[in-house]
Amino acid sequence: MKIKKNTVQNVITYLIVIAAFVLCQWLISSGRMTRSLKGQMIPICVYVVMAISLNLVVGISGELSLGHAGFMSIGAFSGAIASAWLLGGFHMENEGIRLLLSMIVGGVFAGIAGVLIGVPVLRLRGDYLAIVTLAFGEIIRNVLNCLYFSLDGSRLHVSFNNPNIPGTILVNGPAGATGIVKIATFTAGFVLILFTLLVVLNLVNSRSGRAIMATRDNRIAAEAMGINVTKYKMMAFVTAAVLAGMAGALYGLNFSAVTASKFKFDTSILVLVFVVLGGIGNIRGSIIAATLLTVLPELLRAFSDYRMLVYAIVLILVMLATNNPSMRSLYARFLPKDKTPAPAKGGTET
Amino acid sequence: MEIGKKRQNTKMVPAPSQGIIPERDLYSSPVLECRHLGIEFGGLKAVEDFNLVIGKTEIAGLIGPNGAGKTTVFNLLTKVYQPTMGTILLNGHDLNALNTVQASALGLARTFQNIRLFGNMTVEDNVRIGLHNQVKYGMFSGIFRLPGYWKGEKEQHEKAMELLSLFEMQDMAGAKAGSLPYGAQRRLEIVRALATNPSLLPLDEPAAGMNPHETEDLMSKIITIRDTFKIAVMLIEHDMNLVMGICEGICVLNYGRIIAKGTPNEIQSNPVVIEAYLGKRKEAQ
Repeated sequence: MKIKKNTVQNVITYLIVIAAFVLCQWLISSGRMTRSLKGQMIPICVYVVMAISLNLVVGISGELSLGHAGFMSIGAFSGAIASAWLLGGFHMENEGIRLLLSMIVGGVFAGIAGVLIGVPVLRLRGDYLAIVTLAFGEIIRNVLNCLYFSLDGSRLHVSFNNPNIPGTILVNGPAGATGIVKIATFTAGFVLILFTLLVVLNLVNSRSGRAIMATRDNRIAAEAMGINVTKYKMMAFVTAAVLAGMAGALYGLNFSAVTASKFKFDTSILVLVFVVLGGIGNIRGSIIAATLLTVLPELLRAFSDYRMLVYAIVLILVMLATNNPSMRSLYARFLPKDKTPAPAKGGTET
Repeated sequence: MEIGKKRQNTKMVPAPSQGIIPERDLYSSPVLECRHLGIEFGGLKAVEDFNLVIGKTEIAGLIGPNGAGKTTVFNLLTKVYQPTMGTILLNGHDLNALNTVQASALGLARTFQNIRLFGNMTVEDNVRIGLHNQVKYGMFSGIFRLPGYWKGEKEQHEKAMELLSLFEMQDMAGAKAGSLPYGAQRRLEIVRALATNPSLLPLDEPAAGMNPHETEDLMSKIITIRDTFKIAVMLIEHDMNLVMGICEGICVLNYGRIIAKGTPNEIQSNPVVIEAYLGKRKEAQ
C-alpha cells in the first residue's frame, strides 16, 4: 500500500518535535542556554500541549472555546494535590512515577469537568458556545479560589470557604496550592507533547476523527449520514480537556506555588492566539506558534517597559505577513504542491 | 375489558387509499408509507394531507412546480423537520419522535438539492463518512492503533472503492470533494448516501446542473443501483425526460397538496397536472 500524504506530514511533525528536544538538551548540557530560557522549557512544553489540544476543539471540531485555561487549572490543582498526597500519604519517593500519576489524575479530573461542562455547552452553537465556555472558565477559577485542601497523615481533607481544617494545608483558597515539591522535568514535557501529538493526530485520521470533521464541515449532511453530532463534539471537547488537564498538572508541579489567578481569561486567550497564529486546524503550526510566542517575551527583555508593546507589534506583523497574497504565493513556490488528480472525467464517459 | 369499552367510543373513518406500487413489490411490505403527513410553519401549511406508498424496489418520482413543497416532504421524511400532522412508516417502523440520525439508522439516506459534501475532505473520506455506521471501531482503537483500527480501515477502504466503482470514480478517490466538477459532486453524494446501506434513497434533484449526456448516464445508473442493492429510490426532479424515463410511479405536488398520482403515462395526460404546470387555457373567445 502506498504511503498517504497525511502520514508523511505527521512523521515530519514528530521529527520536528524530536529534533527540537535533542537540540535543547544539547544546548542545556553544553551550558549554552541562558538560565531564563532554561526556566522556560517546561512552560513551552505545557503551552504547546495546550495549543494542540485547543486546536482539536477550535480547528478540528470547529467550536470556539474560550475557557481552555479552566481545564488547565483543574489539572494543575488536582495534580499538585495528588503529588503531595502520594508523597505524604503513601511515601512514594520515585519522582517519575509520582509525576506520571499526578498528570493522569490531573487529566482525569479535567476530563470529568469537560464532560460536565460539555453536556450543556455543546448544545449551543457559535457565539453562544464561546460565551458560555468563557463563563465556565471563570466559574472554575472562582470555585478554586474558595477551596481548601489539607493532608493529615494519609487522610485528605476538603472544605469549601473554611480554612480551619486539620493537618498541613495543601491548597489555601485564594493563596492557591502551596508547598509543591517541584518534580516536573523537561523530558516529561517532551513525552507529554509526543503523547498529545499521538492522540490528536491518530484521532483525526480515524473513523471518529472523520466524524468530528464531518460535523464541522456540514452538520446537516453529517446527521443525514447517521453521525451523532453531539457525541462527536463531546469526544473532541473532552479529549482536549484531558490533555489540557495533563498539561496543567505538569505546569503546577513546575512551581512551588500556584494560584488560580494564573489561569485567568488571559491565559485562554493566549492559547487561542497560538492556535489562530499557527493556523486553525494546523497542528504543526500550533506547536511552532506556541513555542515562539512563549519565548518571545523573554527575548524582548531588552525593550524593558515596551516589551508587551513590541510583542503586540510582532503579532500584528506576523498576521499581516501570513495573510499577504504575495507572501503566500512565495511560500507556495517552496512548499510541495497539492497533488489532486485533474478532475477531467466529469461527464465525458459513455 | 376496559380497553374494549374505550374502543367502542372510537369514531371510525375510511383509511387512505393504498396508492399504487409495482406488481413485483406486492408481496413485500412497502418501504415507505406516509399517512396524512403535513407540516405547518406558523399557520402556513407547507405540506398538507400527503399520502404516499412506495414499493420495496420502486423508483418513485415527486414532481411539481417551484415552491410546491417537494423538498419539504424530503425534510419531513428525514426528520430535518418534525411533522405537525400524520404518520411516516419506514419498513413498518413509525418515525414519530425519531431524529435524523435515528431515521438514518432505519435505512434512509438522502442527497441534497444544494450539494452538501464535506468539501475539504477527499472523495474517499466522504464515502467513509457514509460507512460510519456500517464499519465500526472505537475511539481508543483509533487513537492507539489497535488491531480493530487496521481491520476497520481496510474494510472501509475496500467498501468505499467498491461503491465508487459504481460511478467509475475510483481514480478520483484522493481528490478533494470540493474540487470535483458539479456532476461528479452530485454522483459522489449518491455514493455517500448508498454507503449508509439504505432501504430508501431519496434523491433531491440528482440531475440538476448535468448536461443531457450526463443525465442519460445517471438514469441508467439509478436503475443499476435499484437492481444491485434492491432498494427503493424516490426522486425530486425537474428534468421530465429523466422522470418519465425511469419512474414507475409519479406523485405531483402543488401548493403542498398532492394533485395527482399515477404512472408516467397517466400523469402526462392528466389535465390537472398540465394546468398546474402550464396554467389554464383561456375560455374560447
